[in-house]
Amino acid sequence: MKKKDIRQFILSFALALVIYGAFMFAMNSGIINSYWSGILIVACINVVLSTSLNLASGYLGQLTLGHAGFMSVGAYASALCSIYLGTSFIVSLFIGALAAALVGLLIGIPTLRLKGDYLCIITLAFNEIIRIIMLNIGITNGAKGLMGIPMSTNFTIVFFSAVITIYVIYSIVKSRHGRAIISIREDETASELAGIPTSYYKILAFTISAFFAGLAGGLYAHYITILIPKVFDYNKSVEILVMVVLGGLGNLKGSVIAAIVLTILPEYLRAFSDYRMLLYAIVLIAAMIIKEKNLMPHIKEKFSKKKDENKEVAE
Amino acid sequence: MSFLSTIINGLSVGGMYALVAIGYTMVYGIAKMINFAHGEIIMVGAYITYVVFSLMGMPVIVAVLASIIGCALLGVVTEKVAYKPLRNSGSLAVLITAIGVSYLLQNLFLLIFGSAAITFPDFLPKGQIHFLGMSISYVSALSLVLTCICTFLLLLFVNTTKLGKAMRAVSEDKGAAELMGINVNNTISLTFAIGSGIGAVGGVIYGLSYSLINPYLGAMLGIKAFIAAVLGGIGDIKGAMVGGLLIGLAEAFTITYISSTFSDAVVFGILIFILLVKPAGLFGINVREKV
Amino acid sequence: MALLKTEGLGIQFGGLKAVDEFNFEIDKNQLFGLIGPNGAGKTTVFNLLTGVYKPTSGQITFDGKSILKMSPTQITQFGIARTFQNIRLFKNMSVIDNVKVGLHHSQNYSLIASVLHTPNYYKGEEAIEEMALSLLRVFDLDQYAQVKANNLPYGKQRKLEIARALATSPKLLLLDEPAAGMNPTETAELMETIKIVREKFSIAILLIEHDMKLVMGICEKIAVLNFGTVLAFGTPDEIKNNPDVIAAYLGDEE
Repeated sequence: MKKKDIRQFILSFALALVIYGAFMFAMNSGIINSYWSGILIVACINVVLSTSLNLASGYLGQLTLGHAGFMSVGAYASALCSIYLGTSFIVSLFIGALAAALVGLLIGIPTLRLKGDYLCIITLAFNEIIRIIMLNIGITNGAKGLMGIPMSTNFTIVFFSAVITIYVIYSIVKSRHGRAIISIREDETASELAGIPTSYYKILAFTISAFFAGLAGGLYAHYITILIPKVFDYNKSVEILVMVVLGGLGNLKGSVIAAIVLTILPEYLRAFSDYRMLLYAIVLIAAMIIKEKNLMPHIKEKFSKKKDENKEVAE
Repeated sequence: MSFLSTIINGLSVGGMYALVAIGYTMVYGIAKMINFAHGEIIMVGAYITYVVFSLMGMPVIVAVLASIIGCALLGVVTEKVAYKPLRNSGSLAVLITAIGVSYLLQNLFLLIFGSAAITFPDFLPKGQIHFLGMSISYVSALSLVLTCICTFLLLLFVNTTKLGKAMRAVSEDKGAAELMGINVNNTISLTFAIGSGIGAVGGVIYGLSYSLINPYLGAMLGIKAFIAAVLGGIGDIKGAMVGGLLIGLAEAFTITYISSTFSDAVVFGILIFILLVKPAGLFGINVREKV
Repeated sequence: MALLKTEGLGIQFGGLKAVDEFNFEIDKNQLFGLIGPNGAGKTTVFNLLTGVYKPTSGQITFDGKSILKMSPTQITQFGIARTFQNIRLFKNMSVIDNVKVGLHHSQNYSLIASVLHTPNYYKGEEAIEEMALSLLRVFDLDQYAQVKANNLPYGKQRKLEIARALATSPKLLLLDEPAAGMNPTETAELMETIKIVREKFSIAILLIEHDMKLVMGICEKIAVLNFGTVLAFGTPDEIKNNPDVIAAYLGDEE
């Protein structure tokens, strides 16, 4: 078990390095222009967001619509550190992630007693309250936007942030802690009566999820270099949740693919800019109905076969 | 603004929230889903009134009726097309689909009417009503009167008619209702129709109160009305009305005595408070999970 | 000293006394049967013993300590495990993972250890794997280890639930109608397994069953519950000859 595990780990890491090398080569040689490089950076940030939300919504099974709120906490905290405290980029990122985790913890403790739609709506409310706070406290410069953030984010850092996020969440899911988290999704009462401290694990998963959302926020802040509260409204949370749901709840690979596809696809739709959101809405409704009604049994079958072979995705 | 006029203002806005909240509460009661697109249906209602009255030059009453019927139809159609296929799915799938419908309507109207605000026809007489030494604008009075009438009629309908009984039965247990010979599909359609139709009235009131409408108006209005429904105890029609009025009052008082920038925060704060303290709402009953 | 003792245990829902003045004792390693007609409050007793419901009156002592203030999780960790009348497995998890959830506390490697894949993590995971497999073997489920729990046939799901409960290394195992929905052969087989489990793990078992004959066959002590109170308490022979029981329970059946 240990040997097999280590071999798989080395293989995956080598694969990540190869992908990284290929992209770096393509960017440096101009095969991928700077416009698409930027989109790749955003795609990697979205991978961090979707995989981390998958921990809370997919594995833990708690519907939340507040991920953008945690992202904004991370974004503002890290940006303010860089601007006012002059901390190095990595330290700022870490502080941002910790700040988001702290807010996640504080929100998680009272709210995670709620379930389903109620949890969803209360996290949305917290999301909006965080946004209103960012809009009204002086240090964030409100609606005018926080400016002067150093442009430190590059492809290397976002790529490895995404790899680390996937690795950490995958490792957690594969441990006794991860099984405890998944069992809560399956049946909270039965989990409790199997001796799992469910409240602890709910808050833990929620906090870790917020931590990585904060990391994504920090990366975003140091890439865009100006922060406006409106970016982090509940529509952003919906966007992330859609990635997780379309990728498959409790399916890390799916989250990664969905995050990348949903970042790149809209770029191809730029030609229809007026109809873009309309198309997005139609695709969203159609995709949900197709997915839930199992209208693609063949595709799905192929998919699940692959899953068994790789044994990588925990469901 | 004086204390009294703040109350009147709050009740008037609250009446509008109540009219919208009724739709949320009825749909949640029967379909057990948050119809995130409900706010957008209200937006459509306001636009229909504008088109029929201002562009087509029809009388007010025709415009308002067209808006009610249009919204009712739209509600039924969205249910049939988007929600019905997902009736047995998890709440997440339904939630996302509802958000999809809301994006769809919003962007459709953006395409047709553009993002700039349109002036809503002002068909109420100018001036104020003087009543017991207070002066109330016609919109405020209309909002309150309509809210009371709609709630009263709806309660009468749900509690005394056969169709109302069918609705209550379906909301208790779909399967059992079906076995008792109730047409579940029709009952759900009827619920969407009534909820959306009453919402259309809320849309008209919105237009009259703020005199400007844009395709985004449904988003915040919808969320606040939903909060009102939760506050009153979701699934409870009386609760939706009381919740709506309370939210309106809370907002008005925040604007008058604190700051308009925090009115949304206060509303969300109320939601968080009520969900943490009494998730079933003011009129709801907590249900115990069966083990 | 008794392993489990309840004194004056009672709970009210609204005005209804679902369980009232419920007194009984279970000794270490005893096979105890709890019987009674539908709605007598048997499952409610289980819910009280496992902390799912908090009693409105009375005392529960387990292993010399009151468990009234403990949460269901704590009670399970303290040594009472249970199964459910309507099977509640972790349906989308594999059979072996279901048992591994029960084994959660058998290892204590930390979250950090699992992220860094420390030797401690591997040691813990290997131990869990081994224990889970040996538990599955007891119930002949080891060949299904990687199957999704939901895809197991009904009878095997019931067994898996018992395996999961045993994984928490309880001193007392509560089985809520383990034979429900099984045919006579399956039931007989299950009862054999229950006996073996008690020997092998040297634990006490409290069994809810509808089937009077079955309970009489394997239990050493029986309590008969009717309308939330204990109607009779004793050995199978004493129960068989108790006039109250015959009137309230057997009389209806025959």
